[in-house]
Amino acid sequence: MQATPEPTGASVTARTDGSVLEIRLGGPWRLESRTPRWPSFTLPEKPTAVRIRADAVSQWDTSLVVYLGEAQQWCGTSGIDCDIQALPDKMRALSGQFLSSLRTRGRDEHSRSFVVEVGLATRETMAHVRGLLQFVGEFWIDTTRLVRGRAGLRWSDTVGEMQKCGAMALPIVSLISFLVGVTLAYSGAIVLKRFGGEIWVSDLIGVAMTREMGALMAAVTLSGRTGAAYAVEIGSMKANEEIDALSTLGISPVRFLVIPRVFALVLMMPLLAMYANCLGVLGGMAVAYTTLDIPPTAYWVEMLTIVDLQDVLVGVIKAVVFGLIVGLSGCLRGLQSERDAAGVGNAATSAVVTSILLIIVADAVFAVLFHVIGL
Amino acid sequence: MSSDANPAIEVTDLACSYDEKLVLDGVSFRVRPAEIFFVIGGSGCGKTTLLRNMIGLNTPVRGEVRFNGRSFTSADSKSRREMLRTFGMLFQSGALWTSLTLGENIALPLEEYTSLPADEIRSIAAFKLAQVGLEGYEEHYPSELSGGMRKRAGLARALALDPGIVFFDEPSASLDPVTARNLDRLIVQVRDTFGTTIVVVSHDVDSIFGIADRIVMLDRDKRGIIAEGKPSEVARNSDNPRVVEFLTRRGIGAE
Repeated sequence: MQATPEPTGASVTARTDGSVLEIRLGGPWRLESRTPRWPSFTLPEKPTAVRIRADAVSQWDTSLVVYLGEAQQWCGTSGIDCDIQALPDKMRALSGQFLSSLRTRGRDEHSRSFVVEVGLATRETMAHVRGLLQFVGEFWIDTTRLVRGRAGLRWSDTVGEMQKCGAMALPIVSLISFLVGVTLAYSGAIVLKRFGGEIWVSDLIGVAMTREMGALMAAVTLSGRTGAAYAVEIGSMKANEEIDALSTLGISPVRFLVIPRVFALVLMMPLLAMYANCLGVLGGMAVAYTTLDIPPTAYWVEMLTIVDLQDVLVGVIKAVVFGLIVGLSGCLRGLQSERDAAGVGNAATSAVVTSILLIIVADAVFAVLFHVIGL
Repeated sequence: MSSDANPAIEVTDLACSYDEKLVLDGVSFRVRPAEIFFVIGGSGCGKTTLLRNMIGLNTPVRGEVRFNGRSFTSADSKSRREMLRTFGMLFQSGALWTSLTLGENIALPLEEYTSLPADEIRSIAAFKLAQVGLEGYEEHYPSELSGGMRKRAGLARALALDPGIVFFDEPSASLDPVTARNLDRLIVQVRDTFGTTIVVVSHDVDSIFGIADRIVMLDRDKRGIIAEGKPSEVARNSDNPRVVEFLTRRGIGAE
């Protein structure tokens, strides 16, 4: 008795014929226009049967099929007979398919219960720990073989990597460590000015750079620059089956890919750290000269009263360990990467996060250790 | 079942898993020396998984793989490395090392396993490339090649150490029909020249009828072999509708 003409053209007209509800569909039914949704009219009390006709439909697509399917489903659940014999065969067939797809719609198998989630997470963590131990073990075995002269180092790769992670990182390391020196000088001056001891800025920067900031800044820079690159490089090699190709030749990926890279970093990191020391001191010197009126010679002489070779050594020891951390984290995350584009991206992220975390932890351990042994 | 006393490859009761799901169980077959042996089946039936388990990239759940009578699955790492030297493997993507030139790609296995002088290694690499029709490409990087050329270069690398067994993972995948047939011809040529045993994982019906001596067909639901034998005989005699459907879509229709 109610008619609901839709503004877009698709129309549904419902009429009761005795106790039979007759629904007439008409107009063009297109997904992109707004089509009626079942039931688009007020359903009458208890029809005994529903009859659907679509003689007036000019055009139709999935939107009509969905309407028919929902109508049939409603009839099915209310126990009403649904007569669609008047519909064209194609419409009947498609609405039948729609109905059966509703019944067999896949459940979301990705949502799991809390217990299952915890169990899976535990297993994943165990697998990660196992992977880490295996990796470190393989690295250790291959390194000792190398040291004992039982296996050769791929020098051409190592030198190439040294150039990439060392020489080519000089500009960014220069800028960062110079600015760290400048920042330290300004913040140091704030405190030291109160005591009229601006000259001690040179001691502050000398000690801070050589013992701490030189190695730290070089390591953080390289973990973003080189560690991430290692993870991506090795991760893409894995996705491209290149790692498998090494394994089937009996060539250990650790020996072939990891050792040259880690070796290059362990060699270059101390050099970069010492270079960063110099630039940091230079930065401090510039600030001292321009804003605190301390001549560079005075700055230098004052610094040498505090900083000696021992402080430089502390920085170098740290740098070696940081190099090891950055190299191993990058390579490990690359080897653990999933074999797709997202996996390689995640490997880069997690390489940087892992190495920076481990660098800070190692730095803290060193601080305590050097304090205890009085270095 | 082959009655050969000395199969080149013998797989016994192998069970393999992928993503912690058991995809193959109780798989046994033998490959005769100098045979072109195809492992076929629809997508997701575990063909590649079987191959990866056979060559040690994955560890089988159960079962044994023997090469020339020597167990590979229970070998220690030293004899495993020794046996790996006698295989060649052509990966689906070619898997050339992208940071190395073609010449260096082929030279690497030689550098690892032989003590040949560098210039001799270079000439061998050039020779292997020429064998697959890539003469003069020594200094090219893999990224500069087409898909078909990369596969041929991968084959040259797989053949670098004159292996007794060469595995192919879907050699004709993502190749046009002409390039795929050329690769098939190359496979036959390798077998005829060196007497190499060849194991191919494939679902390319033209290749199967073109060059396979014998096949095994794997099935996802049965998690194992549902047919074994010469391709034409399998197609004619099998009473399994899935086997017939797979093989005759073009196979027998063309006969």
